[in-house]
Amino acid sequence: MTGASLTAITMPQWGLTMTEGKVVGWLKKPDQPLTEGEELLEIETTKITNVVEAPVGGTLKRIVAEAGATLPVGALLAVIGPAGASPADVDSFVRNFRVVEPAKEAVGAQAETLTREIEAGGRRLRVLETGEGGIPVVLVHGFGADLGSWMFVQPSLARGRRTVALDLPGHGGSTKDVGSGDRKTMTVVLAGALEALGIGRAHLVGHSLGGAIAASLAIARPASVASLTLIASAGLGAEINRSFIEGFVRAERRKEVAELLGVLIHDPGAVSRRMVEDVLRYKRLDGVPEALAAIAAAWFADGRQAVDLRAEIAALDIPIQAIWGETDRVIPASHAKSLPKSAAVHVLAGTGHMPHMERAGEVSQLIDRVALRET
Amino acid sequence: MPLKSTRQAINEALAQEMRRDPRVIVIGEDVSGGAGTDGQRDAYGGVLGVTKGLIGQFGDQRVIDTPITESAIMGAAAGAAVTGLRPVAELMFCDFLGVCFDQLLNQVAKFRYMFGGKVNTPLVVRTMIGAGRGAAAQHSQSLYQLFTAVPGLKVVVPSNAYDAKGLLIQAIRDDDPVIFCEHKLIYDLKTEVPDEAYRIAFGEANIVRDGDDVTVVALARMVHFAEAAATTLASEGIECEIIDPRTTSPLDVDTIVESVERTGRLVIVDESTPRCGVAADISAIVAEQAFGALKAPIRRVTAPHTPVPFAPNLEKLYIPDAARIAAAVRETHGFRK
Repeated sequence: MTGASLTAITMPQWGLTMTEGKVVGWLKKPDQPLTEGEELLEIETTKITNVVEAPVGGTLKRIVAEAGATLPVGALLAVIGPAGASPADVDSFVRNFRVVEPAKEAVGAQAETLTREIEAGGRRLRVLETGEGGIPVVLVHGFGADLGSWMFVQPSLARGRRTVALDLPGHGGSTKDVGSGDRKTMTVVLAGALEALGIGRAHLVGHSLGGAIAASLAIARPASVASLTLIASAGLGAEINRSFIEGFVRAERRKEVAELLGVLIHDPGAVSRRMVEDVLRYKRLDGVPEALAAIAAAWFADGRQAVDLRAEIAALDIPIQAIWGETDRVIPASHAKSLPKSAAVHVLAGTGHMPHMERAGEVSQLIDRVALRET
Repeated sequence: MPLKSTRQAINEALAQEMRRDPRVIVIGEDVSGGAGTDGQRDAYGGVLGVTKGLIGQFGDQRVIDTPITESAIMGAAAGAAVTGLRPVAELMFCDFLGVCFDQLLNQVAKFRYMFGGKVNTPLVVRTMIGAGRGAAAQHSQSLYQLFTAVPGLKVVVPSNAYDAKGLLIQAIRDDDPVIFCEHKLIYDLKTEVPDEAYRIAFGEANIVRDGDDVTVVALARMVHFAEAAATTLASEGIECEIIDPRTTSPLDVDTIVESVERTGRLVIVDESTPRCGVAADISAIVAEQAFGALKAPIRRVTAPHTPVPFAPNLEKLYIPDAARIAAAVRETHGFRK
């Protein structure tokens, strides 16, 4: 048995600014057989705890990084190989493994240069672009989030394809001037962003509020949209978690924010302190509470969704898929049923309102599949 | 996000607030420098350069150099505050507090109360604290405990550039008097600081590091020493939760008590002297509110009850450092009843 048949499991880099991660725990035991895609271990990052899946089938020959260890991106975590691989071969594989570790500065600098500002419909937006080629994938985040929420899916989508994640007005590094913040304003901004980026046709992926904005653009300019992926999308029914929306607009304290973020995901324990801190830092900026209040008033007044896109989406002639978490506590997964029969609906078990963070692997595969078909 | 020093962050907060609100003025000794002489204006920009450049942007009506008289600075600022301006007055070194304490202790801190709530006193006093620059006993103290003891004053003690900017903007927009204590040896430390204006609420501690074994509460420069100690201790298997209260008045008691209820062990690091200080105060509060959770005596790591020595070797001994913090944590962690 040679080292060539052994596979290294290394610390993944989720998002451009991730430099290290912590091994929360192993979901498999040494010498246990594995199939490709099986959940192997949990890693805690600065944002959220996520699962690493086995990249190949085989046997978990060796766990190198024990639970609790914090290691740089690229560090060896485990070795997978054929059941018969000898311990000596595994030993020598581990001994000879060399970390290909991107320098911290380089990672930071890369993220800095990849985000840039564009003018869209008279508003300054921050965008993060990676990858080249094909019909671009454009990622539109939800209420109160930012382009960083795509950190787990954007890197894999960017293999062989241009991807752009943007910050909506009122969010992230974009202008905090949202005007009325309503459907028309946001749709014009998104259209303006595509124009400024020189994108004639895109695969649009939108989450929650971003889903409704992406769908609104597809309705307004169907020719510019190659496919539409709606993740836990707004605009498909009346219900929305009122206390979440109102609480998020109001929250100023770490505890309040931590509780609200817990509502977003299936397992509230996966919310890291850093994720809470990032939301707090955003919410402290001048103009943000007002921007969020304006958007909430335009879209979700009195705890109901004011924008209903169902009839207009039914009239669209483009590939549409919906991805929803079964235990979504912000917008119920039942809203997916209102989509036309031709739309593919994927309801993920044990998943909350953030499938693209909670089930990043599956979500990027689903986006990839639709995008590949249409390229 | 751009990296900025604490000095830059404070300067940026002042400039942004002065631009946003014409009522904001800066007043103090040498806040520009050169006033009343034939010499160059803005020669100083504050004794350590924190207010540099403001006079060029806002002129000498809003950036006011004063004679060397703290009682006049605080008196003028107090009057300006109650008559509609929002002054940011500078008490160059907190050690000079003695000559202007009446204005702070008995005037600005009491106005709202004495006038039946009919007057606001939106005054910020920026002042430098901290030993470590060989500046001897009268220019090196950390006297935030004296301000903290006065009802009616809010007291801010930031540890880094991000917090300094957000807390100073909050202080300037606050309608009550705020004492803003700047440790001289964090001026050059850099963190990520947004270009935009932002506010950090008073009375909410920052959890600098998560840990389940020992709670370490630290202020200002001591936060950085606590972090260094925690890194060493983590390699020994001891995980510290580091809490930076950021403001000593109001104090985020809940965050500290909740942490101690989990860890059962508390070390408080305070560069100030030990008697009647912030460390003593926090120790008393935790003993009252979380006694049942404590698995070991509360430990304080502070300066000794002496003036700050001038001799460099003694000054070094005087200031709590990472090794002393680590030793206190180890002792607390190893304590068995």
